Amino acid sequence: MNLDQLTEGASARIVSIDDGVADLAAKLREIGFCEGDDVQLLTRGPLAGQPLAIRLNRRIIAMRREEARAIQVDQSL
Amino acid sequence: MNRVRLALVGAPNSGKSTLFNGLTGGRAKTANYAGVTVERRHGVFTTPAGHAVDLLDLPGIYGFTTRSLDERVSVDTILGRNPDEPAPDGLLVLIDAGDIRTQLHFILQVRALGRPMVVALNMIDLAERDGVRIDVPALERRLGVPVVPTRATRASGRAALLERLDAAIASEGWTATEGKAPDSADLKALQREARHVAREVILEEPAINRATRAIDRVVLNKFAGPLILAAILFLMFQAVFSWATAPMDAIDTGVAAISDWISATMPDIWLRSLITDGIIAGVGSVIIFLPQILILFSLILILEASGYMARAAFMMDEIMLRVGLNGRAFIPLLSSFACAIPGIMAARTIENERDRLTTIMVAPLMTCSARLPVYTLIISAFIPPTSVGPFGLQGLVMFGLYLAGIVSAVVVAFILKRTVTKGPPQALLMELPTYKMPDLKDFVINLYSRGWAFLRRAGTVIFTVSVVLWFLASYPASDNGIRGSFAGMIGSVLEPILKPIGFNLEIAIALVPGMAAREVAVGALGTVYALQGNDEAGLATLLQTAWSLPTALAFLAWYVYAPQCLASLAVARREMNSWGWTALLIVYLFAMAYVAAGATYWTATWLGL
Repeated sequence: MNLDQLTEGASARIVSIDDGVADLAAKLREIGFCEGDDVQLLTRGPLAGQPLAIRLNRRIIAMRREEARAIQVDQSL
Repeated sequence: MNRVRLALVGAPNSGKSTLFNGLTGGRAKTANYAGVTVERRHGVFTTPAGHAVDLLDLPGIYGFTTRSLDERVSVDTILGRNPDEPAPDGLLVLIDAGDIRTQLHFILQVRALGRPMVVALNMIDLAERDGVRIDVPALERRLGVPVVPTRATRASGRAALLERLDAAIASEGWTATEGKAPDSADLKALQREARHVAREVILEEPAINRATRAIDRVVLNKFAGPLILAAILFLMFQAVFSWATAPMDAIDTGVAAISDWISATMPDIWLRSLITDGIIAGVGSVIIFLPQILILFSLILILEASGYMARAAFMMDEIMLRVGLNGRAFIPLLSSFACAIPGIMAARTIENERDRLTTIMVAPLMTCSARLPVYTLIISAFIPPTSVGPFGLQGLVMFGLYLAGIVSAVVVAFILKRTVTKGPPQALLMELPTYKMPDLKDFVINLYSRGWAFLRRAGTVIFTVSVVLWFLASYPASDNGIRGSFAGMIGSVLEPILKPIGFNLEIAIALVPGMAAREVAVGALGTVYALQGNDEAGLATLLQTAWSLPTALAFLAWYVYAPQCLASLAVARREMNSWGWTALLIVYLFAMAYVAAGATYWTATWLGL
């Protein structure tokens, strides 16, 4: 499942980052997203459920659905 | 010994500017790089061992894949590829100690360049308060470069860093070597290595800061969040008005006293007129607004330093996306409420070129502080200080003017995005920093530098303009008053054009020097009317008799739009790097000003106001 599909408050582990869009993948990695990291969808924006506030380890990063879709997560790990 | 040239490198929100202010005591010199217009901020300090260091503050970066102009300058400088900046002798790399796991790969990337470097784990106090524990000696061994925990806001928190800097300068000689940026294939490998190092050196890693989570539950709440944002913005504007009254009165009294003293002591020659009617009237009527500008800057600085500003951008993102902008445009546009120049320059952080152009095109519609002198003068003269419910009518009118600017910006952005700046939206990746108490010393340094910039402008541009206008309005001396002077001649040419929107000759004259900067129009009106022999009366009282209410309202409407600021137009031209876009900006703003003033004037007249 993708990061944007998490329900609010749910945590998961990153299993892969979509390299299809190279530029986006590089941006996500540079800001810190990495396989094996712990993420949580904290909250969604007030309008149309965008943007998403994502907790990555000990920081919070805002992104839209488009960016979150490039991150695959697993809730069972 | 030569100065050691040190560059400050780090992610946004790692406390770079605070460390810069702490090390240099805020004595920064700013200039622009030729051509690219990214601000070059540097300052000098001496280490305990007596090494003189020239510290360069570089724009924040997360890595070496550059997207915005700002980031390119950082990366080019670090790599020694910046033609305007010789490669620094050493790098001072900052990361937030609260979350080194996520950022360690950045240090590995920088280390791969092979340049002398010192790593600072900044905001160690906040990290330790949360319960984060890091094995610093182990991290240092693994990285092979000096690693120092720092607290940028305290001298004691910077002492260890200075010590290590001294040791590094003495031992390595800080000779620069040619480096290479890691490519994206390396990035994944570096991240893996970073996570491996992190496992070894992070002794304890508690959950995210509790206060931040608790505050965000309220502040980012879908219902409470937007209400809180609206309340903060509304209170900001009320504060700008109510808190500034006392210091403004004091400045007003002081300026009048100086003017009276000169009138009493100097013989009545042209020089006395130049000083009192030209310089003091012109500069004084602008300096009086310093308290308001300082209050506005203070509130923006506090919102930024506390961490709230990014939350505001978060909540505004979707709505701004629909308008044709994006959340990143929120901060440049909010800065434009203080002054469009830093706002237009802040638009550099917007990676998408079309979004950046759209933001610059609407930034002048945000009510900058230079309009405040004009608005305040007209409102205090023409709007009665009565109450409408819990709010003052004067405050409401002011709020309405701000709102008119915002609504117009929305409409203009909407149209631009569907015509000339069409394109897909850019990605949003924005950190929401941990909330923290703003540091008083850092706040004072930042406020001082912004306030000083305003005063310098009042002291130079407005001083010159006041003198020029005094000359234009005083010569050639003639019997038929102002109509016979140079200013009157220029004003007379404009008067027929401005007459249909309710403007009189004095306004037409004041708008001529008012092209230099908006607030100059107040000084210009002061000078124009003072020279007609009304020295005693305050300008506001004077305008009440000289202008009709529809004229005053039309004048306010004009100022919502008119691009009367040569400095911001010059900056916009430089930033857009296009005369065509600049021409479009000027033409559309003047057209809107003319239509809005005309519509206001005729509506008010028709209503019998």
